[in-house]
Amino acid sequence: MADFETPELTEIPVVPHIKEGVMADSKPYVAKADFQEALGFPGELVDNWEKVAVDKLGELKGKYRSLQVFLDSCVKCGACTDKCHYYLGTSDPKNMPVARQDLLRKVYRRHYTFAGKYFPKLVGAVDMTKEVLDDWYSYYHQCSQCRRCSVYCPYGIDTAEISMAAREIMDEIGVGQKYCNEIIAKVFKIGNNLGLPEPALADTLEGLEEEVEEDTGIPIKFPLDVKGADIMLVTPSADFFAEPHVDGLIGYAKVFHEAGASWTISSYASEAANFGMFIGSYENMRRVSRRIRKAAKDLGVKRIIFGECGHAWRVAYSFLNTLAGPWDFLDPNYPVPQHICEYTHDLIQQGKLKFDKSENDHMTLTFHDSCNVARASRMGDKPGGQFRIPREIIKATCNNFYDMPSDTIGEATFCCGGGGGLLTDDLMEIRVKGAMPRMQAYKTVVEDHGVTNVAAICAICKTQFAKVLPYYGFTMDQIISLHQLVGDALILSDAPSEATATESSEE
Amino acid sequence: MSALSVTYVLMFYLATALLVFGLVRKIVQYAQTPAPLKIPTTPAPVTKSGVVLRMASEVVLFNSLFKASKWTWLFGWMFHLALLLAFFRHLRYVISPDSFLWPLVNLEIVQSFGKYAGFAMIIGLLGLFGRRIFVDRVRYISSPSDYLMLLLILGIAVTGMMMSFVAHTDIVHLKEFILGLIYFNWQPVPTDPLLLIHLSLIIVLMIIFPISKLLHAPGVFFSPTRNQVDNPREVRHVAPWAAKLDAESDS
Repeated sequence: MADFETPELTEIPVVPHIKEGVMADSKPYVAKADFQEALGFPGELVDNWEKVAVDKLGELKGKYRSLQVFLDSCVKCGACTDKCHYYLGTSDPKNMPVARQDLLRKVYRRHYTFAGKYFPKLVGAVDMTKEVLDDWYSYYHQCSQCRRCSVYCPYGIDTAEISMAAREIMDEIGVGQKYCNEIIAKVFKIGNNLGLPEPALADTLEGLEEEVEEDTGIPIKFPLDVKGADIMLVTPSADFFAEPHVDGLIGYAKVFHEAGASWTISSYASEAANFGMFIGSYENMRRVSRRIRKAAKDLGVKRIIFGECGHAWRVAYSFLNTLAGPWDFLDPNYPVPQHICEYTHDLIQQGKLKFDKSENDHMTLTFHDSCNVARASRMGDKPGGQFRIPREIIKATCNNFYDMPSDTIGEATFCCGGGGGLLTDDLMEIRVKGAMPRMQAYKTVVEDHGVTNVAAICAICKTQFAKVLPYYGFTMDQIISLHQLVGDALILSDAPSEATATESSEE
Repeated sequence: MSALSVTYVLMFYLATALLVFGLVRKIVQYAQTPAPLKIPTTPAPVTKSGVVLRMASEVVLFNSLFKASKWTWLFGWMFHLALLLAFFRHLRYVISPDSFLWPLVNLEIVQSFGKYAGFAMIIGLLGLFGRRIFVDRVRYISSPSDYLMLLLILGIAVTGMMMSFVAHTDIVHLKEFILGLIYFNWQPVPTDPLLLIHLSLIIVLMIIFPISKLLHAPGVFFSPTRNQVDNPREVRHVAPWAAKLDAESDS
């Protein structure tokens, strides 16, 4: 399948011994000038890039307390060294969180600390050189910003913050990553990551309506740009046609339909994902976020609900109020934004959704906690709701459910291996190897409980699983959308209720 | 006074000045640097009192480290607790007997716990040192300064223990020297070599504290992943530099 070896899944998880430099050659393609410039970055490596990089580091540590505190506080205790899925899957020591941080920290020490200026060897400080930049480009694109390390660090040092800063510095000197930056440019130009323009999106949604009606005999709508709808659904654009994502979208539509909700998708903000976070660029993340604000105002909606997407939910839950708020023009009775799982869960609690669980009896499920949902956000009003709510939905819709081992779920969940802007074919080796710990945990429940499928609530996880499952002897269709379970088990009342989107869509 | 005493007096003042100035400078820097985004590692407390509890469990029990590695936690926690006990014991060298604190400091329990904590401290430090040597991952991330830091504190602990258990030093004159420093009424430093080494190493520790990884002590309190309340949907959080962006764009 590829020119690298898929890691073996051992009976018991093993922490490997270090093998230096084995992943040094893993590098994503560099962004072309057009895309760099669309994001406000120089098109190619600037002349005095060493100085620009060091200055940018100085600027960032003045803007982000996290960066300043994290660069100073690490004591090299080693608690994080066996926590990163990329280290466990590759054995490359620079994939240990602390070593990844040190790639930046050693430059910080050299230029911004007394010890590093006068005793560089003693504290491991180095100048900004081409070798350092190469290491940055390589290893800061082997971090999925999943925050697993930050759970275990005694000071809460989050390598995601460091890798975001490093990526921003690299963008600032003209060395951006093709995958992320092209996608962000597409969002600015067209409105979504896939570059799906409004007519194509309208077509796709119409096609879905026909398909679902054929399937269920009920005219379930997928409304687009309906002014005055109550709810605006913002979902990752992969939901519009990728498998298994689209089954999730069908699930959301069925839930809205059954609830009699008035809802719409916006073609202007037809993307929940926000890759501005991956590249650590507050400005770009803000610019992407504000499309949602504009769409909500233009459509005059009352609520915003996000579809299944991990990092999108982090940006939505944790940052949207900061980046694009205040949301005082929306209905104050609902949190802004809400997760589709919160919405479905509320309806289940109110007894408004009825399920025939046997529809899902051909599967035995487990659930993959997506990293950004697990460790960077919440659902519901209590801490940990992000773990409880999706599981309660699964249990309401399926008879057979088993969790993976406890040290691989919840706050300890392992990343799928494709997050943080790594979901690109030029990084396939690190994606496959980084998936090893998750695959190992999955294999455990497959063998112990006969699990046949894993449900997820993240577009990146779904795409990544579909790609890497076969490398580990599973099949790509074992990954499914959580709302596929909901959609398949939901008992639709015969007559659509009166307040559906179609009726309220008349302008 | 001898040149030796003058040197120690001056070095203590210099070290204290650098320690205080350096720490204040860093704490002010941490406090003044904005945290523009809500980034608590979740699940996180949804109230301020919850955050106080979370922070307390980190600072007192090293909760996250406990989750990460039982050995590192054991050695690290043992060392820090012993450090605290030794600190309490040492208060009797700087507090005069007419202070209201004296009866507390002079309690038998404070004194003997502080004395025997030295063993725990040394075991903890050796454990941490051993990890750096024997665990390949930890060896890989260790710089010379990481070993030297452990050796420095080990040196302080061992010389201190030797004065407690092997060769007693002249505590009365030491206390006169220390109180002399505090009240600017300088007294000669006792010339016991063990004590002089002990004091020298402490001076070094004080000087490097604010320019080294020992900044983890103030740093932990400013860590946004640990000290932020999980309430981004309820309360809009905007840093001053980010608010400027809002002012520039029409909402």
